[in-house]
Amino acid sequence: MSTEVKIPQAQAQPSNVDSTGIKLPIYMDNHATTPMDPRVLEEMLPYFMEKFGNAASRNHSFGWAAEEGVETARERIAKLVGATTKEIIFTSGATESDNLAIKGAAEMYREKGNHIITAVTEHKAVLDTCKRLEKYGYRVTYLPVQKDGLIDLDDLKRAMDDKTILVTIMAANNEIGVLQPVAEIGKLCRERGVIFHTDATQAVGKVPTDVNKQNIDIMSISGHKMYGPKGVGALYVRRKNPRVQISAIIDGGGHERGMRSGTLNVPGIVGLGKACAIAFEDMPQESCRMAGLRNRLRDRIMNRLDEVYINGSMENRLPGNLNISFAYVEGESLLMGINDIAVSSGSACTSATLEPSYVLKALGAGDDLAHSSIRFGIGRFNTEAEVDYVADRVIETVERLRELSPLYEMAKEGINLKDVKWAAE
Amino acid sequence: MAYSDKVIDHYNNPRNVGSMDKNSTDVGTGLVGAPECGDVMKLQIKVNPETNVIEDAKFKTFGCGSAIASSSLATEWVKGKTIDEALTIKNTEIVKELSLPPVKIHCSVLAEDAIRAAIGDWKKKQGAEKPVAAEAK
Repeated sequence: MSTEVKIPQAQAQPSNVDSTGIKLPIYMDNHATTPMDPRVLEEMLPYFMEKFGNAASRNHSFGWAAEEGVETARERIAKLVGATTKEIIFTSGATESDNLAIKGAAEMYREKGNHIITAVTEHKAVLDTCKRLEKYGYRVTYLPVQKDGLIDLDDLKRAMDDKTILVTIMAANNEIGVLQPVAEIGKLCRERGVIFHTDATQAVGKVPTDVNKQNIDIMSISGHKMYGPKGVGALYVRRKNPRVQISAIIDGGGHERGMRSGTLNVPGIVGLGKACAIAFEDMPQESCRMAGLRNRLRDRIMNRLDEVYINGSMENRLPGNLNISFAYVEGESLLMGINDIAVSSGSACTSATLEPSYVLKALGAGDDLAHSSIRFGIGRFNTEAEVDYVADRVIETVERLRELSPLYEMAKEGINLKDVKWAAE
Repeated sequence: MAYSDKVIDHYNNPRNVGSMDKNSTDVGTGLVGAPECGDVMKLQIKVNPETNVIEDAKFKTFGCGSAIASSSLATEWVKGKTIDEALTIKNTEIVKELSLPPVKIHCSVLAEDAIRAAIGDWKKKQGAEKPVAAEAK
C-alpha cells in the first residue's frame, strides 16, 4: 500500500508578501516550538501507513519494521548527546520526561534522602513537579539566580546536605536562553554522589551536549523544539558510572525497560531521531548562523533605540535567543504593533496568570522591565532579510509607543520613576 | 487573544494623544496605575471655569492595547461634557463600547479612575469654594 504523499515546504503558506519579498507573518518564536524540518517529515511518512506496526510486536515483519525505525532513532539521539542506546527512553515530550526524571528519582532514592535542589528560573514542568513532591514530604531548595540568570555554584554547594538526592537544573532557559554551567554542576553532584538531572529541552540540538563530559545523569529531550514533531520526547538515564535508576510513573506493558509503558509513538520517534541526526550534522555551522542573525538583530535595535536592556547573560546564551526589555513600553502593546511578527512577551498581559514573567523577576530587573520584555527566538528557517524587517518594525513601533508613554515623557523630564508615589491598587 | 475592531482602531489611531501644562489652573491631571503593574495612564482635561465644560482632553498611556484604547476613548467621551457629566462615565460603558474581555476590565477601571483623578486635581486647583467630589466609587 504505497502512497504518494506530497511533502509540503518548510514554511507555512504566506498570507501576505511584503514589497521586499518577505513572507508575512514572520515566525520568530522558536523557543515556543519550531516548524518541522521537511527532511524530518519525509522520514516519518512511511511509518504512518506502510510501516505502521507496533514496535513491541516481535513475531511479524510489521513489528520488526517499526522496531527498526525506533532503534535507528535511538542510535541517532544517543549519538547526538554522547550516550548509549540503552540509556534513551522515549516519552511524550519534555514535560513527561521532567516528571519521570524527578518523581522517578525521588521515589527510587527515598531511603537515601528527601532533599531536592532546583532553581527559581526552571520551567514549570520542573517547578510544579518539585512542588508536588513537597506535598509528599520532600524538601526542595529553590536556588536564586544572579543578575545574568546563572546560578551561583557556591549557593549550590551550600544547599547540598547529606539528605540531598537530586539536583535538577536546566541546561538552557526557555525565556532568556541562558546556559547554566551544566558541566560544573554535574561535577559537584558526582563528587557528592547526588543524581543530576537537566532539562535540556532548549539546549539539545542547539548547543553541544555530552552526558559524559558534562556529568549528566538524567536528561530531558524534546522533539518539537528542534524541528521535530510535537508529542514526542526522550529521557536519557545513565546506565554506568554510576548506574542510575528511576521508578516508573506510568505502569503497563513494561515498554522501555519498564521505565515507560505504553505503545511507542513510532512516527514521532522516527521524526525525533531524524531531527537529532540533522542537528548532529548541521550544528557547527547552524549555531554560527543563528548567533550571527541574533547579533544582527540586537545591534540593529540597540543602535537605534536607547534604554533597551538585554535580559540574561550574553556570553552564556543559546545562539538564537534574544530577550530584550524596551523601557517605558508595555510588551503586549508592542506585540500588537508588530502583529505580522510572531514573538513572545514576558508581560503580565500576555500570560494566563496576569503575572509578569517569573524568570525575568528572578533576575531582579524589576516588574516594570518584565512588562516591557520581548523574546525573539531565531530558528533554522529565519533569514537575514527577516531579521532586518523585524528589527525595523520593532524600532518604529517602540518609537511610536514611547511617544504615547507617560513614563517616557516623565523620564525625559528628568523624573526618577522609582521616586514617584504611584496610585496603584 | 483577539482584539475587537474598536480596540485596534484606537490603538492604531489613538485620539487626543499629548500633554497639557500641568501647572495651568484650568488643567486637571490624573496619573493612575503603576509601572510594576504594567499600566500607567495620564489623562488631562482643560476646563472652562465659567461653564465647567471640559473643552479639551489629552492622554498618554503605558499599557496594553486595551489600556491605550480605554484611555483614548475616555478622552473622546469627556470632551464637551461638564465636570458633573464626566463623573457619570462608568467603566462598564467603556467595557461595552470596546468589547473588552474579562481579563481586560481592569483597563476600563483605570480609565475611569484617570477621569476622576483629573477632575479631582482640577477641583483642588479651583479652591475650597468647589468642594472636592467624593473620589470613592
